[in-house]
Amino acid sequence: MSIRFNFGGDEHIFGEVSEEMSLTSFFTGLSMTNAVRTAGIRGVTEICPANASFQIRFNPDIVKPQDLLRELKSMEEAASKADPVLKTRIIELPVYFQDPWTRETCLRFRERHQDPSSTDLEYSARINGYATVEEFIAAYSGQPWFVSMVGFVAGLPFLYQMVERKKQIQAPKYLRPRTDTPKLTIGHGGCFAAIYSVRGAGGYQMYGITPAPIYDPAMKVRYLSDDMCLFKPGDIVKFKAIGRDDYDATLEEIEANRWQPTVRECSFSLKDFNSDIYGTNAKLMELINGR
Amino acid sequence: MAVKVVSPGLSTSVQDLGRPGHYHVGIPEGGGMDRFATHIANLLVGNDPGAAVLEATFMGPELEFTQSAVIAVTGGELPPKLNGEERPTWESFPVKAGDRLSFGFLKGGARAYLAISGGIDVPVVLGSRSTYILGALGGHQGRTLKAGDELPIGEGSGKAGLSLPAHLRRARNSPAELRMLPGLYWHRITEAAGSRFFEETWKVAPEADRIGYRFRGGTPLEFVEREQPFGAGSDPSNIVDACYPYGSVQVPSGTEPIVLHRDAVSGGGYMMLGVVISADMDLIAQLQPHTPARFVSVTLEDALAARAEQGVALARAEAHLAG
Repeated sequence: MSIRFNFGGDEHIFGEVSEEMSLTSFFTGLSMTNAVRTAGIRGVTEICPANASFQIRFNPDIVKPQDLLRELKSMEEAASKADPVLKTRIIELPVYFQDPWTRETCLRFRERHQDPSSTDLEYSARINGYATVEEFIAAYSGQPWFVSMVGFVAGLPFLYQMVERKKQIQAPKYLRPRTDTPKLTIGHGGCFAAIYSVRGAGGYQMYGITPAPIYDPAMKVRYLSDDMCLFKPGDIVKFKAIGRDDYDATLEEIEANRWQPTVRECSFSLKDFNSDIYGTNAKLMELINGR
Repeated sequence: MAVKVVSPGLSTSVQDLGRPGHYHVGIPEGGGMDRFATHIANLLVGNDPGAAVLEATFMGPELEFTQSAVIAVTGGELPPKLNGEERPTWESFPVKAGDRLSFGFLKGGARAYLAISGGIDVPVVLGSRSTYILGALGGHQGRTLKAGDELPIGEGSGKAGLSLPAHLRRARNSPAELRMLPGLYWHRITEAAGSRFFEETWKVAPEADRIGYRFRGGTPLEFVEREQPFGAGSDPSNIVDACYPYGSVQVPSGTEPIVLHRDAVSGGGYMMLGVVISADMDLIAQLQPHTPARFVSVTLEDALAARAEQGVALARAEAHLAG
C-alpha cells in the first residue's frame, strides 16, 4: 500500500493512505502525522490526521513544496512498517440513548429522512439487522470506538468502532441535511459515529445525547480548562448507556463543575487487536470498570 | 477608550490575521477574509499588521467613539461617513469623543475593514483576537456584533492623512478569475466534466460567508463510475471523510462547488476538485453574490509565482506607507 500524495494548492500536502476506511489505514496516517510532528520541520504550520488520510499545511516561503513532499515520502516506509503501538487513553462517555431531545428533532425533520415512518434508531437498527432498538444500542455501546479524526467544527470527534468489518454499523446521511441538531448529539453517518460539539446543521442519524460537554471555548468546565477540546485523534471512547435519572444527576454534577469523565492511560497494539479483537477490547474496558 | 455599537450592520466581527495551529481539532485559522486589506488598514493607523480590526460584510455598522483616535477603512468600497459626512477609503482620518461613524451603500467588493489606532482590545484566545463564529470562540463574546456592544480599544498613536494610492491596491476583474490547482479527488470526474468545469462561467450563490463561497450556474459534474469504497457513503461525490484544505473546492452531489475560506470546516465527506491558490483567497473575500466567476487551471509553479508577486505587492504598499 502506498500513500497517494497530492498538493492542495500551494500551502497543503494531502496524503490518502487508502480510499476505504480501515484501522490499518488510520494507523498509517497517524504514524505519518506523528513522525512529521516529531521531525519538527520548519515551515510546517498544521498537522492534521484524518480517518484514512492526513493533511500537512506549510508556508511555501519557508519550506519548498517539493522538498517537503520528498521528506514526507521518506517517512512513508517507516510509518507503514512500524508495528503500531499507540500510547493513548480510554475515555468513558455517558450517553442517554432514545432521549426526548434528539427524538423531537428527528420528528421535526422527518420529511428529509429515508424512512419518514420510523425514528433514526428504528431505521438504523433495522438496516443493520438488529431485531430491536435495544439490541442495536447494546451493540453501539458494547464495544469501544477509536477517535479517527477531530474536525468539521471545533472539537467534533469522528469515531470508528473497534469491531470487524462485518459488524461495523453503517447508515446513510439524511437525504437533505437538517438545519438543527441538539448540542452533544451522538450521530452516525457512513461507518462513523460523531458527537456534535455545538448545535447546528447536520445530516447524521441521531441516536442519543451525552450530558458531558466536549468543547468549551470559555475553558470553564474543569476537565476542559487546559484544552478546550476533549478529544484528540487516537483516543479510545467507550459509550456507557444511561437512563433519564442518571442523565439528570450527571448534568447537575456538571453544572456544579464537580463531574469529570473516567479517563485511563493505555497502550494499543494494532497487531494484538487484529489477532484478538474482543480480548483486546475487554482488557481496555477493564481499565475503566476496574476502578 | 471604547467604541459603542449603535447598529451592527449585516455581519460585523472582530478579526485579525488569524490563529493557525489548531486545525487538527477543527478550529480554523480565521482572521480577516481579505488579509491584504486587514494588514493595510492596520498600517494606515499605525498599528501592527496583526492588530484586531472590524470586518463588515455588505453593509457597514454605525459606531460611536468615546475618545479620540485615528481610523481607516480598506477593502471593499463601503464609503465611511463621519457625523454624516463622507470620508475617503484607504486613508486614515481622526475621530474624537462623541463622533459617529456610519457607512454609505456598498459600491464595490463585499467586505470592508475598519482599523482603529490601538487596535480592538478583546481578549486573545489561542493566540488571536479573531472571532470564530461557529465555535463561539474569540472576538467579542465569540459572535458578530450587536447593538449596544462596547468594544475596548488599546493605546495607539496613529497619524491622520496617510493613504494607499489605487495603483498599490489589488485590481478586481469581471468575471473574477480564481486560479486553482486541480488535484485531490480530480480523478473522480470524467475528462469532459473537467474541461467544462474550467470553461463555464459560474456565479457566486447567496450562500457565501466566512466558512465558504458557493457557486452555481455550471453543468453538474459527471463522475467516473466506481463501487464506492467502504465507509465513504453512497453518493458518487462522497469520500471517506478527509481534511479540507483552505481554498479547497468541494462539490457535494456534483452540482454546486463550494470554496472553503478562513473559517473553513476542517474536514468532511465530499470530494474536492482541487484548491484555489493562496494568492487568490483575498479576491474571493470581495465577491458579492451573483458576481460571475471562472476557475482557471494553474500549475504549482504558477501558484508559487503568483504568491511571490503578491508578496512583492504587499512589500511595495508597506514601503509606501513607511514613507
